[in-house]
Amino acid sequence: MGRFPRFGVPLVALLLAGGVFAASTIELEPTGNDPDNINSLQRGAKNFMNYCAGCHSAKYVRFNIIGRDLELSEDQLIENLMFNAEKTFETIQATMPLDDAARWFGQPPPDMSLMARARGTDYVYNFMKGFYLDPDSPTGVDNLVLKGTSMPHVLWELQGYQSATFVQDEKEEGTTHFEGFETVTAGSMTAEEFDNFARDTANFLEYISEPIRSTRRVLGVWVLIYLSIFLVIAIMLKRQVWKDVS
Amino acid sequence: MTDDVDRNRRHFLTVATVVTGGVGLVAASIPFISSLNPSARAQAQGAPVEVPLGSLEPGEMIRVMWRGRLVFVVRRTEEMLARLSSVTDFLEDPNSEVVEQQPEFAVNQHRSRKPEFLVVEGSCTHLGCAPLAEFQVGPADDWFGGFYCPCHGSRFDLSGRVYQNVPAPTNLRVPPYRFLREDLIMIGADSGVA
Amino acid sequence: MARNEAEIGTKKSTFMKWIDDRFPYTETMKYHITEYYASKNFNFWYIFGVLAMVVLVIQFVSGIFLTMNYKPSSADAFASVEYIMRDVQWGWLIRYMHSTGASFFFVVVYLHMFRAMLYGSYQKPRELIWIIGMMIFFVLFAEAFAGYLLPWGQMSYWGAQVIISLFGAIPGIGEAIVEIIRGDYSISDITLNRFFALHVVVLPIALLGLVFVHIVALHHVGSNNPDGIEIKDHKGPDGVPLDGIAFHPYHTTKDLVGIIIFLMIFSAVMFFAPDMGGYFLEHANFEPANVMATPERIAPVWYFTPFYAILRAVPSKLWGAALMALSVLAPLFLPWLDRSRVKSIRYRGPIYKTALGLFVISFCTLGWLGMQPAEGVYVVMARIFSVIYFGFFIAMPYYTTIDKTKQVPDRVVYHG
Repeated sequence: MGRFPRFGVPLVALLLAGGVFAASTIELEPTGNDPDNINSLQRGAKNFMNYCAGCHSAKYVRFNIIGRDLELSEDQLIENLMFNAEKTFETIQATMPLDDAARWFGQPPPDMSLMARARGTDYVYNFMKGFYLDPDSPTGVDNLVLKGTSMPHVLWELQGYQSATFVQDEKEEGTTHFEGFETVTAGSMTAEEFDNFARDTANFLEYISEPIRSTRRVLGVWVLIYLSIFLVIAIMLKRQVWKDVS
Repeated sequence: MTDDVDRNRRHFLTVATVVTGGVGLVAASIPFISSLNPSARAQAQGAPVEVPLGSLEPGEMIRVMWRGRLVFVVRRTEEMLARLSSVTDFLEDPNSEVVEQQPEFAVNQHRSRKPEFLVVEGSCTHLGCAPLAEFQVGPADDWFGGFYCPCHGSRFDLSGRVYQNVPAPTNLRVPPYRFLREDLIMIGADSGVA
Repeated sequence: MARNEAEIGTKKSTFMKWIDDRFPYTETMKYHITEYYASKNFNFWYIFGVLAMVVLVIQFVSGIFLTMNYKPSSADAFASVEYIMRDVQWGWLIRYMHSTGASFFFVVVYLHMFRAMLYGSYQKPRELIWIIGMMIFFVLFAEAFAGYLLPWGQMSYWGAQVIISLFGAIPGIGEAIVEIIRGDYSISDITLNRFFALHVVVLPIALLGLVFVHIVALHHVGSNNPDGIEIKDHKGPDGVPLDGIAFHPYHTTKDLVGIIIFLMIFSAVMFFAPDMGGYFLEHANFEPANVMATPERIAPVWYFTPFYAILRAVPSKLWGAALMALSVLAPLFLPWLDRSRVKSIRYRGPIYKTALGLFVISFCTLGWLGMQPAEGVYVVMARIFSVIYFGFFIAMPYYTTIDKTKQVPDRVVYHG
């Protein structure tokens, strides 16, 4: 059987444990994004293609769909977003080959198509903001949201480097909790600018995780309007027919 | 009196309910039927294809795929082109009058943008078999070169025009295409940026 | 009614006669629709049978269209679901319809079952209807479970891992059963492939057959009502139950109102909250199945959680699994556990009302506990409520015998 345990006793043990909680749960700062804000999504798309898409694919997402939803013309798409693609119907592939990535980082950078939906928009937002200096880490940084991440601090030029302060817990010996960040070296952006950068990018990730979100909400209103009208007619018919019943 | 009013009202409401419900059902069926159309992926895969013509010698043919369909690209010789006018009398639709079978630019004797190059779909208009290319004249007396469908014996000339008295009803279909360069065509796009 | 029938009789065309000589069309329509008499005092709780049929249709139609684009292989399944969500025209709507429908199926079926418990619909002479209904419920569980593996997300994989492993608790043959379910030494492409076959062919056919039999049995005996009175005991001179009204046009027009309201709720969820906060579509299932890493928390979909909580309340693999199986099976015995002279809650005494109340509370609490981590106070609570859950069934023959019942009226209560 080798690497995988026989799924008997260990599994039920896991079951009885009710799934393992992450040892320390970090309060995530709300992103405060607006998925209906096209300008923010456009900026987020540009951020993603410039800073993320080198390593991260979004392999279910087609450029022409982005163009349609974000009101970008074909020329704008080609000029601003499609650095690594020729045709607008192509999906977002990482520039870097997966094998290389896996060799450099230990594991391939995950696909971003559904990240915001699987982990939450706040998770990706906080993750982008959560890198702090850690001399023990091979990349020199660790992340508050995902401990031991193999991702380097790609956005350091923008955000600069920060350190994290952990305080000894009073209740339990040997455990610490996160206290706050402190800037070590400043980046090219102010804290507020970087927040906006991360917010737009997280917003875009939320959008690509479910591109039809706005469509379904608009359609839903029409369906409910139709059903309301149908309901009124059906109630009138029922009352009329039930006049017979005494 | 009231009975009559009630009956009319009931009739009216029954009709209104059936009609409203029917409209809803029809509307609800639209997504399901639409989902059967080619998807975004199918459309992406069915995108125009570029075909270089540089290595195509006169008298030769290459087969390419576009939207999963077979397309013949033939470089005709002067002699082959000359034969086109000689068979006109035996053809069903020598002037390409069936509109759906070719874009406007191919409504001519050579059924192409440039006389030299023929681009036709390799799908017999009878039941969709792939015709064989037999460009030489003979051995039969009435064979002047063209396409022959082995399934049911349909025959087409060197412009893909169908002969009379064969099962296939129309000429071979000419797909939309255009020349990007002298030696490069794009099949699937008539105009505009691909 | 009688006049109506005469009219139909005279108007019967030669075409219909031709049909009726060869197929009992008119007779069937009369028996099941225009001359099927059900009590006129049906209340809110009586809509859920019809709604279950509506959801069944929704699941069949949306499911068929999903099958046209889904690929049952571990390499392609996850991507094919995203393909449906993004590339297939309207595919997202069809998929959301199916995923929302799955949860609503259980909402509707649980309420339908609760109705039977409120008004004693499982009692004589409807025991067989109840048993067939329970079989539908079991098949529905299997159907939902098999369907949940298909998206091949993290929860699909690990949820299936856990549930299939349960069979390993059976002494002696457990491991062999687990292997024969999986068809492999772990959950794999092979497992996915056969679950697909079960989900789209075997179980739906079983479901259809059982639903058909359920309705045939129901129409043979006649529907119960909120008073738990047999309306067939009081018939008019024309043989029609005095308190009964024809299914069509009376119950059909009433049900239509209920169906539309249901569709509004359904649409509200489907269009505005298809995830339903992670209860209908679990967040972790938007990550492809990863054999190397279990998600941080495994909780089954909400409709399995009451039974899952019972499983976890027991600190033994064998007994946990056994009690869980028993908790699912328990309602099957209701027709024989219930010794009450009356059917409806309206005429039952305080003990049954309390017991049923406690049962509902324990079922819902167990459902909630099934989503919590099995630690500390949650385990204690799960044990307490498991005892209440089983106590409801075990003590039923006793407390339904001693419970004071009220006088049941002759005719159903109906305030026009």
